[in-house]
This record gives sequence, structure tokens and C-alpha cells, in this order.
Amino acid sequence: MNPSNYVILSALLFGIGALGVLVRRNAIVVFMSVELMLNAANLAFVAFARMNGNLDGQVVAFFVMVVAAAEVVVGLAIIVQIFRSRRSASIDEPNLLKY
Amino acid sequence: MNAVASVIHAVDATPWVMPTLDYRLLAPVLIVLGAGVVSVLFEAFLPRGARRPAQLSLVFVSLIAALIAVINLNGVRETAGQGALAIDGPGLILQGTVVVIAILGALLMAERGLDPNGDAFAARASSLPGSEDERQFTARGYFQTEIWTFFLFAVGGMMLFPIANDLLMMFVALEVMSLPLYLLAGMARRRRLLSQEAALKYFVLGAFASAFFLYGAALLYGFSGSISFAGIASSLGSKTGETALILIAIGLVVAGLLFKIGAAPFHQWAPDVYQGAPTPLTGFMAAAVKIAAFGALLRLLYVALGGMRWDWAPMLWVISILTMFIGAILALTQSDMKRMIAYSSIAQAGFILLGVVAASAAGLAGSIFYLIAYAFTTIGVFAVISMVRDENGEATHLSKWAGLGRKSPFIATLFTIFMLALTGIPLTSGFIGKFYVFTAAYASGDKWLVIAAVLASLIAAFFYMRVVVLMFFTEPTQETATVAIPSVFTTVALAASATVTVLLGIFPQPLLDLINNAGVFIR
Repeated sequence: MNPSNYVILSALLFGIGALGVLVRRNAIVVFMSVELMLNAANLAFVAFARMNGNLDGQVVAFFVMVVAAAEVVVGLAIIVQIFRSRRSASIDEPNLLKY
Repeated sequence: MNAVASVIHAVDATPWVMPTLDYRLLAPVLIVLGAGVVSVLFEAFLPRGARRPAQLSLVFVSLIAALIAVINLNGVRETAGQGALAIDGPGLILQGTVVVIAILGALLMAERGLDPNGDAFAARASSLPGSEDERQFTARGYFQTEIWTFFLFAVGGMMLFPIANDLLMMFVALEVMSLPLYLLAGMARRRRLLSQEAALKYFVLGAFASAFFLYGAALLYGFSGSISFAGIASSLGSKTGETALILIAIGLVVAGLLFKIGAAPFHQWAPDVYQGAPTPLTGFMAAAVKIAAFGALLRLLYVALGGMRWDWAPMLWVISILTMFIGAILALTQSDMKRMIAYSSIAQAGFILLGVVAASAAGLAGSIFYLIAYAFTTIGVFAVISMVRDENGEATHLSKWAGLGRKSPFIATLFTIFMLALTGIPLTSGFIGKFYVFTAAYASGDKWLVIAAVLASLIAAFFYMRVVVLMFFTEPTQETATVAIPSVFTTVALAASATVTVLLGIFPQPLLDLINNAGVFIR
């Protein structure tokens, strides 16, 4: 199968993720969308590694997985703390800081 | 990653080759990250009473050791870690500056004499704001020492960021720098709802921006077949066509870095995070993240994308002008000191971008000088902000600064020096920085950009001077805050930043010589 199809798929996933960050209101869903964007980049890296005929892209994908896992830990800690103090995980509700 | 590539070739030609690591070249970063690991062990195994002295000694000893290791590398111009890191003149200067700023930032964070309840960080970040738990923890004088672990890892990431020489190392350094800062931003002792909100906004927008960086990196890799900056540069030189793909890739990668710098239109997080985060952390972050991220942006644009200058320069012209004017104009309308300084830092980022757009050795040297001058001044500004207090903690509303010059002339004078430096008045470091950056941009033919920058500086001068007028030419009121007497930590940080701000304005030549002798980035 032509690996460039995977690049197109990764662009679609990245677009869906970016759209999700912009339109969704629940912090957890926004966060999932960010993860989708990172995984779209992973897919692009792996597909390009196949097209370029070297392993660099695959190695990057491993590092990105580790970074994404670390990001989950930090992100969920922040979101859970926000939820506990406000009883809501909406990303619109914390609005004390403005202008 | 060359190691991996060489392994593939090794299968059919030569046996496995061990990757070589020159530990002398990696020493500064390894010392700080190693200290971060030791700091985790301290948290796990030391009794509560011993943690603060142990962590503080660890932080200062490791930072000073790292600074010595950086100075020890003076004159080195080579790549390390199989080409993943570039130890060169500009990289070492930026790395050394990050370490010095980290020492000053650590001094601010260690301060316990200003707030009657302890340092600037929450007694227990896990307790709910306003809850009985929180009250109890505060009453018992609890404090958290985990902040030092986060701090050391963030400093390690910042030291890696300007010397990262491939896309993977740059992404990892970006995240190692950012993740601890997201958490630290949410740990203020007072106004905790604001602080947590700042952490949420910083995290969500930061993760969004790093996803853009990563996807851009994937496209660059797909185009050039290499993640190393040298490989990208050589394949950009040889391949033609497919410019749409490469422009999208450059746009995405640069957007990710511009976010960290706080350039418009990626600046929205900065005012909220600067205002919500604990003040000592804001000072450290405002100074050190800017140095690290500008270092990374300069290396990426000059080394990997140097051949594409005529494609990325117009984009950065627009961003530079937008950043200067949005920062300067919105700062005029602010009534909160920390928020105003946040917009001021956005405007300053726009001025430094002039040196980046110049794409010359003079532009590089000017940007580095400006970054160093800006960083020391910013640390000083936030040191003063953390000292101006009333019964509710820091008095950041501008109205509470009215007449401060009558009540505390010395501190108000120091703050005036910082404001003059940020404005760019002669005999302060800010003037020399602006002069070199503007000259470099002019020499590269960006005449209109320089004119726009001078106009933006004029607008910016208005709000900096407004603070000076407010402090010295207004009568103190009932509302006027008082200046708390700090312990030796903040005093040292404030004295150091004020000294550097004035010295660099009067005797800039030694630092200019150092920067000019450092040369340019290596491939």
C-alpha cells in the first residue's frame, strides 16, 4: 500500500484534533484532541520514515509516545485540581483572568 | 539519530559501532538533570525538616557547578551526542545566561521573609482553595519542597533548548522545559483560583502549540529525509519544487516556537500566566523561557532554514510588527502591574524578533545581547513586584503603587531604573540592546521594520513612564502598598539584576566582545 495515503490520513487526524481543541468545551476532551494531534504527527513520522527509507522517524515516534505520556500526567493533574476546586471541567468557566 | 542510521548501514558493512558521547561537552546539562533526579530522591527519603536545606544546597551547588562547566567549555565549537547537540559560541552564551538567570530565579523562589506564612508557593498544592485543609496546612507552616525538583528539570530543558541540533532533541527539550513550568504556574500560595486557572490555560495552549511544532517537524522530516538541522539545510538547498509543503512545515514549526516566545498572534497565554503564576516563578519564567526559546528559534532559522530566508522573513516581519504593537498598545490599558509587564514582555519579544529577521551575524549578536539585558531587568522587575505588598499579599493593582516613591524612595528608584532599561533610555542595558538590534535590522535592509519598531518603542515608553510618574509624582493614599523587607535571597537577586542592568548600559563592551568572539552557529 502506498505510504503517502498514511500521510493524508495523518493530516486528517491532525485537523480533527485541532478542530476538537478549538470547539470542544470539556477540558478532558480538549486534552484528548491534543493527544490526537500528537499521534497524527507520530503517524506522519512513521509513514515518512517508510518513504525516506531511514529509521529516524520511527525513533522520533517512540520519543513522542514517552513525551505524550508525561504530558498526560501533568495535564490530568492540572485538570483534576481545577475540577476539584470548581466542580466542573469546562474550559470556559475559569474566567477570572481577563483583559 | 545518526547512530541509528549508522546501525542500519552497519548490518551489511561493519559491525555495531558504539555511539560516542563526550561527557565533557554534555556536563552542564547532565549536572542539572542529575541534580533533578537526586532531588526526587531527597523528596522520597529525607525527613520533612531536612528537605528545604538539602534541596536549596542541591539547587545552588548544581547550578554553580553547571555554570563552571559551561565556562570550562569556552572556545569549544563542535557537535556532541552524535550530532544531536551543537556546542558552539552562541549556544554556550545562551546556556550560561540561562544558568545565571536560574540562580537569580532560585534566589527569588527561596525567599520566605516577605509573606508572613512562608514562601510564594502553596502550603499543599493538593488542598482545595479556601478549604479547612488549606487553612490548617497554612497555620502549621507547611510548605512544599517539590518545587525545586520541577525547577531543576525545567532549567535542564532550558539549557538543552538553545543547543538542540535536531528536531527530536528540540521537541524533547521543549517539553522538558515546559511540563514542570505548567505545574509550577498553578502552585501560588495566594489567589489560588487564579493560579490554577493560569496553569490550565498555559497547559492547554502550550500542549496545542507543541503539537503544531511536532507536526511541522514531521513534515520537515518527510521533505528532507533527515531530522538533523545540517541534513535539513543541505536537502533544502538541493531540492526544488514542493514549496507549498515546505512552507506549511516551516509555518507550523515556527508557530510552535513563537508560542513559547509570546509573539502575537500566539501571545494570549502570556498575560494570564504572568498574572496568575507565583511572582518569583513569573520572573524566572519570563526571563529564562525567552532566552531558551529565542535561542532555539535562532538556531532553527539560521542553521536548518538559513537557505529559505526569503520565505520565512516576510512572515516574521508581519509577526514582529504585530507583536510590538499589540504588546505596546494593550499594555497601555492595563491596571494590574504583572499583567502590564506581561504585555511589555510581548512588546520586547517583538523588538528581539528584529534581530532574528535580520538573519546576519550582527542580528544574532544583537538578539543575544538584547536577551541578556532583558532577562536581568525582568528578574529585577519581578523581585520588586514581589516586595510591594499589602495585607492581602502582593499589591499588584497600579493604584496601590501611587506615591510609592515617597514612602520607599530606594526601591522605587530601583524600579525606575528597570523601567528606563525596558524603555531603552541611554546608560541602561536596554538602550544598547535596542541599538544593536535596530542597527542589525537596518543593515539587512529592513528599514520600514526599524521605523515601526521606533514607533512602538515610543508607545511603550508611555506606559513605562506612567509607572514612574505614578510612583514619584502622586501623593500616597490610604491604599498605597508598603515595601516588605526581604531576606538575603531577594536582596542578592535584586542587587545583582540592578547592577547588571546599569553596568551593561555603561560598560557594554566586554559582553559585546564576548558575543562577537562567539561567532555564529555551527552546522
